[in-house]
Parts: sequence; structure tokens; C-alpha cells
Amino acid sequence: MTRSGQRNSIDRRSLLKFSAASGAVLATGMRAPAIAQSRAVKLGYVSPVTGPLAAFAEADNFILANFKEATKGGIKLGNATVPVEVVVKDSQSNPNRAAEVAKDLIVQDKIDLMLVASTPETTNPVSTQCEIEEVPCVSTVAPWQPWFIGRQANPGGGPPAWTGFNYTYHFFWGLEDVIAVFTNMWGQLPTNKSVGGLFPNDGDGNAWGDKQVGFPPVLEKLGYKLTDPGRYQNLTDNFSAQINAFKGANCEILTGVVLPPDFTTFWKQALQQGYKPKAASIGKAILFPVAIEALGRDGNNLSSEVWWSPSHPFKSSLTDVSAKDLAGAYESATKKQWTQPIGFVHALFEVAVDVLKRTPQRGDAKATVKAIAETNLDTIVGHVQWNGAGVPPFAAKNVTKTPLVGGQWRLKDGNKYDIVIVDNRTAPIIPTAGKMEPIG
Amino acid sequence: MAGLLDTIIQGILLGGLYALFAAGLSLIFGIMRLVNLAHGDLIVLAAFAILALGSGLGLDPLLATLLALPVMFLIGFGLQQILLNRTLGHGLLPPLLVTFGLSIIIQNGLLQGFTADSQRLQAGAIETASINLGGGVAVGLIPLLTFASAVIVIIGLNVLFYRTALGRAFRATSDDLATAELMGIDHHRTFALAMGIAMIVVTIAGLYLGMRANFDPTIGPARLLYAFEAVIIGGLGSFWGTLAGGVIIGLAQTIGANIDPEWQILAGHLAFLFVLVLRPRGLFPRALD
Repeated sequence: MTRSGQRNSIDRRSLLKFSAASGAVLATGMRAPAIAQSRAVKLGYVSPVTGPLAAFAEADNFILANFKEATKGGIKLGNATVPVEVVVKDSQSNPNRAAEVAKDLIVQDKIDLMLVASTPETTNPVSTQCEIEEVPCVSTVAPWQPWFIGRQANPGGGPPAWTGFNYTYHFFWGLEDVIAVFTNMWGQLPTNKSVGGLFPNDGDGNAWGDKQVGFPPVLEKLGYKLTDPGRYQNLTDNFSAQINAFKGANCEILTGVVLPPDFTTFWKQALQQGYKPKAASIGKAILFPVAIEALGRDGNNLSSEVWWSPSHPFKSSLTDVSAKDLAGAYESATKKQWTQPIGFVHALFEVAVDVLKRTPQRGDAKATVKAIAETNLDTIVGHVQWNGAGVPPFAAKNVTKTPLVGGQWRLKDGNKYDIVIVDNRTAPIIPTAGKMEPIG
Repeated sequence: MAGLLDTIIQGILLGGLYALFAAGLSLIFGIMRLVNLAHGDLIVLAAFAILALGSGLGLDPLLATLLALPVMFLIGFGLQQILLNRTLGHGLLPPLLVTFGLSIIIQNGLLQGFTADSQRLQAGAIETASINLGGGVAVGLIPLLTFASAVIVIIGLNVLFYRTALGRAFRATSDDLATAELMGIDHHRTFALAMGIAMIVVTIAGLYLGMRANFDPTIGPARLLYAFEAVIIGGLGSFWGTLAGGVIIGLAQTIGANIDPEWQILAGHLAFLFVLVLRPRGLFPRALD
């Protein structure tokens, strides 16, 4: 007892140390406004560098190196040229950790603008922290519904109860776009219009399978018959129940939003049990070339949504490189095949620089937010302008959409795959390179 | 009828996979009462070892596995001799914490070495090959091989345990460590051998994990829970019990999923609870401790 009592008491020496330290903190705090004039502009960037979502952040180092190169002379703010600093934090694919590092960036690093990318698990906690702390934030690479609706106090409440946000802005596409892309692709093939749905019990699966905003109402309107056996748990080792249901309903079309390992398990088991649909349009699972290569030769003609590709006819406002050249530079720098997040992470930094350039009053959150809202920029992923086009009124202030098309993975020499854009009716500006083919 | 038959066959075959995941855990737990929280990560480590050997030497996954077996045996032996033996004998908590830490180290080490890309062991046409049993029931070759391997592993472990001198040493240290030491058994070495053998089983499990679906460095812990349940259902120290436990969970999951996919995982856990209520010590416990 006595010992612990001694340990807890403060002796003279540590009290002195403590007061000296807090004095120093106070002093720097008071001097801060004076320093502000010459300090660098600070961008905070949160992304899942490690953990299950790490594939999304694989291009980060490449993009950041590009960005450093492009802004090494600093950027022009009004009359002054100031250096730009990016503080990168890893969310470890964990929403709690994402919120924590966002708070660190805001409180300790005192960033001027927050950037965040890759899946609602990263964008939502970071955006929410920024909204609370009143720090401007731009996010991307998460369909807008989970980003907007998922952050509402009452996600089930519907539009009147949902409110817009004051500090957080998002650019990407929405569920309605992926539904349109998938159904357009299926329309190219003669099928019996019987669709099997593979929706897991997670944020994406519940949204896609939702009877109001998901696939079911749209499919019904277009004359498709949906077989949805129900929500399954992620990382399942057995899909025989779903396969039997799809075989029973003779589903010639398969869709879903599936984790990569689960899709491999499903697809192999389906082929073993003799289920082979004519079209299989899957979200999430076959986004990355490595995931489709994991299927060996059985991945040919699987289809997926395409948010960015080297054939998108856009170029960077920051470095002036075209989509094709950016992907090419990535491939030669890393010896890896290009992936879709490359364009979006690049575009995120394009938007950031554009916003900063239009905000001479650095550190003024309100002015920065005003600059974000007034963005009118052609980026490497398309036009970014929060003008509410194609977005329901309740989200129009905070959400803008980039084009989405449909593509099919085609086997080329050996085990490598290329994604070929086969349907662009949702965004005719992006050229197609082929027609939809049935799975052979 | 064909649907029901198919469900049951798929469930039993799935049980083989779970039994394979669980057999190594059962061995370690049975002999040294060590709850190895890194078991799932060790399976993933084995899968990466097979992948690295296979792609490095241009070998088929099956051949690469043969090469990976001795490597993993040595890793297991060293791990036990150098690290885990020091944690035993001071209660339940130290080995639990050390294996938990080990799990994090393995995950991040693999992430560093192999990146977060999901990988797969590709075995070519055999992956989707199946045997048609007629009436719309087909059995995949890989699930069948998985189940057969599980049975062979269990037979092998039983022979080792009950027919060899090493097995006698295993049983003796498990039953009464102090007396076994008096009889001249070096329990540290015995434990290290046990871990090495467990790693061989883990490597076989890694092969089937990698052929069945994609794996990445962080996927290990998800596979651990079913393995634990299979061990507990079967009863501590009984290898056939572990197989039975795996099959019970596999069957419960497939039958549950047939009712509604939401029930798949829950049904497995319910079967586990049900067995615990009826037979708290599992179905076939080996010893009365």
C-alpha cells in the first residue's frame, strides 16, 4: 500500500519538469498565429495501407511521389508561394483506427485539409471526425450511399430526416450507377432474365440487396426475376445452398458484391457442381487484377464495374498526364498491373491543390469549404463539381458523381487478364473496346 | 431429395476442411494444454511457404507442399524449443499472450514480405473437376481430396500416438508431466517434436486453404474459431473426435444455409453450444482432466 502511495505522489523534480513542459506547450500555442504565415500548407491523408483493404492503397506511394514532384516548388496562394506537406496515416483497415488517426491529424498535425479514400470503412469515420472538428474534408472511392446515408443519425429515416454536411464533400458514383451498368451489360446478351443475387451481410451487401434502394426494385421494373437466397456471412467456406438455389431457378445471370476470397470459393464450387451462368457481374471481388488471376483460367469474361481505366479520355489538372500515361508510369515504376484506385487517389490530390489555390486565407476552414463547394475541375477521373447533377436533392450539396461504365475481364497470353470496356451507355464519352460476350 | 443428399455430402466434405484446420490445434492442445491463438496465422504462413516454394522453383502446389513440410516442421520445432517452452508452466495466460503476439507478428511479417495482394495456389484443371453421382449431385475433386487428407492425417496421428514410442512419450507428458520427467522424458524436446508434427498438419491445411480460395496475410484468425469448436466438440485429445467435430459443424452450417444463408454460421455455433450442453467434455474425451 505504502509503496504504491509513494509511486503515485508527485515529487518536486517531476512537478518542475511537468510545468516546464506545459509552459513550453503554452508558449508555442501562443506563438502559433505568427508562425502561420510562413508555414507549409498541410494536407492530411488517411488510407488503408495495411490490413484486408490494403490493395486499395497499393498505389499510394506512387501517387504521393508524383504529387511531391509536381508540388516541389510549392503552390501559389494569392501572391505567395508556399510549400505543401502531406501527412499520411494508415487506418489499418479498421474504422476505429481511422477515426483515431483523423483526430491526430486534426489536433496534433493541425492540417488545413483532410483527404481520405477507399471504402466506407475508411471514408466514413474520417469524414465524421472532420464534421465534428469542423475541418474541411474531401473523400472518394466509396459509393455515395454508404458514405452519405451511413453517416446519418437515423440511416433508416429517409430524406426528410437526413441532413447534409457542412465540412465534408465526396466524389464517386452511386448504387444507381452500378445497377444501370450491370443491367446494360446483361441487356447485350440473350438470356432468360433470371438473376441470382449473392449479397453478404455487410454494409455493401445490405445496400445492394435492399428492397427499396438496391437491386430488387430496379430489376423488377426491367423484367428480371431475382433469386436472393438471403444474406450470408463473409469468409464462408461453402456456398452449396446458394448454388442449389441458383441452379433451381435456372439463373443465367449472376450478380453480387462479394469479398475476393468468397468469390473464389463460390465460383470454384459452382463450376464443380455444374452451375455456369451466361453473365456474372460482380462488384468488389474482381476489382483488382490479382483477384481475377487467382481464378486461373476460370475468370474469363467475368464482368465488373469500371470507375477508371487507362482508356478514360481524361487528363490530370496537376501534371497534365493522360490516364493512359499515368497507368503506364505506374506499371513501369512498380512492375505491377494498373488498378482502378490509381486514378481516384490522383484525382483526390488534384482537387486538394485546386481548392488550396483558391483559398488564400489559409487555415480558414469556412473559406476552404467555400472553395470546395465552388470546385469546377476536369480531373483524371472526369469532371468534379458539386452541382448536384444526377444526385437526389438531399445529398446534392455534398456529393458529386464521376462516370461509371462496365467492363469484362479477358484472358490474354498466359494467366494475365485485361479489362475491356464493353458498355458505355451510362457514360458515352468513355470509349468501348468490345462487346459483351457470354461466359464460355 | 437430391437437394438434401447434396447438402449432406457438401456438409461432410466441408467438415473435412474444418477437421484439417483443427487437427494441429487438437494435437498441441491435447499434449501441452497450449491454446495456440496463432494457429490460423500459421496455416496462412504455410500457404505462403507453399506459394513461395512453388513459384520460386516453378513447382506444382502439391510438390511444393512436399518441400514445405520439412521447412515447416523445423519452424515448429524451433518455435517451441526457443519461444513457447519458456511460456509453459506459469499458468494459462503467458502462452495465450505470446501466441496472440505471434499472430500479429506473422500477419505483419507476411504483409511486409508478400504485400496485401490476395494469393492463390493454382492447381489447374483439378480445381473445378468433379465426380458426377447422378441425380444432379456432383462432388468436387478438391473437397473430396480435402476430406480424404483429413482422414489420412487423423489415422496417421492415431498411429503415431498409440503405436510408437514417441506417441507414448506424448501421452505420458500429457497425462502427468512430473512423472514423465522422472522416467527420463525430456518434455521440452517432446513438446518441440509435437509442435513440429502439428506444423506438418498445418502445412497440409495450408495447401487446401490456398487451393480452395484466395488467401492474404490477414485471413488466418477467421479460420481459427471453427477449428476451436471442432476440437471442443470432439473432446480434448481425441483425433477422431476432432474429425467428428468438424463434420458436425460442417453439416450444421450447410443445413442451416439451406434454410437461409443467414443461418449458416449461426447453425454451426448452435450445434457447438448444443453439444456443450449435452456433453460438456465433448463427444470423445481421451483423458479425465
